[in-house]
Amino acid sequence: MPANGAPIFAPWDDPNAKPLIRFENVTKRFGDFTAIDNLTLDIYEREFFALLGPSGCGKTTMMRMLAGFETPTEGKIYIGGQDMGPIAPNQRPVNMMFQSYALFPHLSVYENIAFGLRRDGKSKDEIANRVEEMLRMVRLQKFAKRKPHQISGGQRQRVALARSLAKQPKLLLLDEPLGALDAKLREDTQFELMDIQEKTGTTFVIVTHDQEEAMTVASRIAVMDEGKVMQIATPDRIYEFPENAYVADFIGDVNLIEGRSTAVSDGQVTIEWAEGQQPITAKTQRNITAGQKVFYAIRPEKVTISPDRPEDAVNVAQGKILDIAYLGNLSTYHVQLPNGQVIKSQMANTRRISRRPYTWEDQVWVSWTTTGGSVLED
Amino acid sequence: MRRYLVIALPYLWLLGLFLVPFLIVLKISLSDLNLSIPPYLPQLDPGAGWEGLKDFFSQLDLENFVFLTEDDLYWKAYLSSLKIAVVATLLTLCVGYPVAYGMARAPSEWRPTLMMLVILPFWTSFLIRVYSWMGILSTEGFLNQFLLWAGIISEPLIIMNTTKAVYIGIVYTYLPFMILPIYAALEKMDESLLEAAEDLGCSRLQAFWLVTFPLSKSGIIAGCFLVFIPSIGEFVIPSLLGGSDTLMIGKVLWEEFFNNRDWPVASAVAVVLLAILVIPIILFQRNEQKQREAEG
Repeated sequence: MPANGAPIFAPWDDPNAKPLIRFENVTKRFGDFTAIDNLTLDIYEREFFALLGPSGCGKTTMMRMLAGFETPTEGKIYIGGQDMGPIAPNQRPVNMMFQSYALFPHLSVYENIAFGLRRDGKSKDEIANRVEEMLRMVRLQKFAKRKPHQISGGQRQRVALARSLAKQPKLLLLDEPLGALDAKLREDTQFELMDIQEKTGTTFVIVTHDQEEAMTVASRIAVMDEGKVMQIATPDRIYEFPENAYVADFIGDVNLIEGRSTAVSDGQVTIEWAEGQQPITAKTQRNITAGQKVFYAIRPEKVTISPDRPEDAVNVAQGKILDIAYLGNLSTYHVQLPNGQVIKSQMANTRRISRRPYTWEDQVWVSWTTTGGSVLED
Repeated sequence: MRRYLVIALPYLWLLGLFLVPFLIVLKISLSDLNLSIPPYLPQLDPGAGWEGLKDFFSQLDLENFVFLTEDDLYWKAYLSSLKIAVVATLLTLCVGYPVAYGMARAPSEWRPTLMMLVILPFWTSFLIRVYSWMGILSTEGFLNQFLLWAGIISEPLIIMNTTKAVYIGIVYTYLPFMILPIYAALEKMDESLLEAAEDLGCSRLQAFWLVTFPLSKSGIIAGCFLVFIPSIGEFVIPSLLGGSDTLMIGKVLWEEFFNNRDWPVASAVAVVLLAILVIPIILFQRNEQKQREAEG
């Protein structure tokens, strides 16, 4: 173990690691509509795995298949090596936290949490101890006797979490768990969720359409679109090394430049992208052939803006400032190039706004390095 | 000021249409039978002044109520009505709950149609519908003809003019009053609650008993009262479908009024019936209020 902390948790890089969950060529159709299209995916124990995508991308269907409320049309799902096909929802080592929380309105907070334990035929003392423990974990001891309609939304969310964790499932599914909370509470709860996940050591699979939430909580993210997984990677790799234009565009802000590769040599490509503009030089590990149509994606914060042409920069372009979005700590500049393309550049506001060197309609230079962006195949 | 007016309106309504008629009936029940029009004494004579009023009140007594306890016909009729109403309510619940459950679980585009089908019988007069049951249940009726034709029975069933026919009539007539509140309770239930119950280890049947049933309890209670309260005083169904052995207080009441023309005793029967019904009505109101608070 390195002296400076715990070993890095990355079972997905270990070829010997056994996944807790395995989707094997899973397809799910509802009539003519294909919700999940031939999907193969591994999730490892103790992971906090996020399924991220726009509504209708199939992420909720995947979660419902894990819980057993939907059965795959084709393919198999394994949990802990066991085929889940014939296993009913009430027999699975899986619990789910519902988007609506689905708290039983006729039962108290205490009884809601005890509900699953009672079904297992545990003894009275065991149930009481476990419920107490869960109440302490979500800091709701005082509210044990209340009914769900007598507590706030944030408290209901915590009851739902406690109820789904009470049976110590191998896997906890969270369906948009923070969707109903306001922004401030959501942020606090995200950290609370991570904390609880670490403490209990349970594998969490979370469904969300909020990329910030996924980036914050997840160990890995699967970005989904139209029933397909577009990329599975850690949050930083998803952001820094998107595998395709969809992921680059979906996560964060990005400048997407369409072009054609001309010269390829030694992990470096030159991209022709607009008449009269100097071609982009970029490093890439992808196998790009000359003459191929490519996308070049670069994040706004990796584009530098300057009043004069920077001398050492490889990729430069001149344009005029079309728009400035002032965000307090940052400003985003929209720079329009002569061919009409708009490049976004984000700069930290290290000086007061009155000392800002640029204003609207100013002629400026934008520049970026060869390693700042990603070359994506079409 | 306007607020008081708004509140006063329903109270005036209750005063005019419930309290005043009740006081009239109460007064008649304390009067004596007399061969006159109207057939009781004393009559209130507003022209007689203070003395007349005193005289009027001195003539009122509880004689008729005492009489009800002396003749066992009355308490037997009350008990028998109570029993018939309880059994009929339970039967209606057994028929109505599955129907309401099926409606609530039906695809949402069917629900208005199913609702319509439940309400549709109200479009025909209640009396005509009860008469048509006579045609179905009588010895030569459609039911017996069908069962004989199908070879299920060899002798016609005797249903008409028995208490069985009264049960059938009550269940049929009051079924919508049972279905609608239960349906309303089931329909607003979030289906993810059942998934949550299953997820936490319940079988489908357990999920029904632990989640669906308790959540429809207020609907069941409301439905039971809506059936029980009118059927205890039911008159038309027992007199048309029931036989001489079907003793119901509504029928006794009618006979006192129209056959014996003994308005004071009939009124006493009605007052006692109301006193009996006040208890379930109060319970019903409390159930409704609890329900509103839970939804608050």
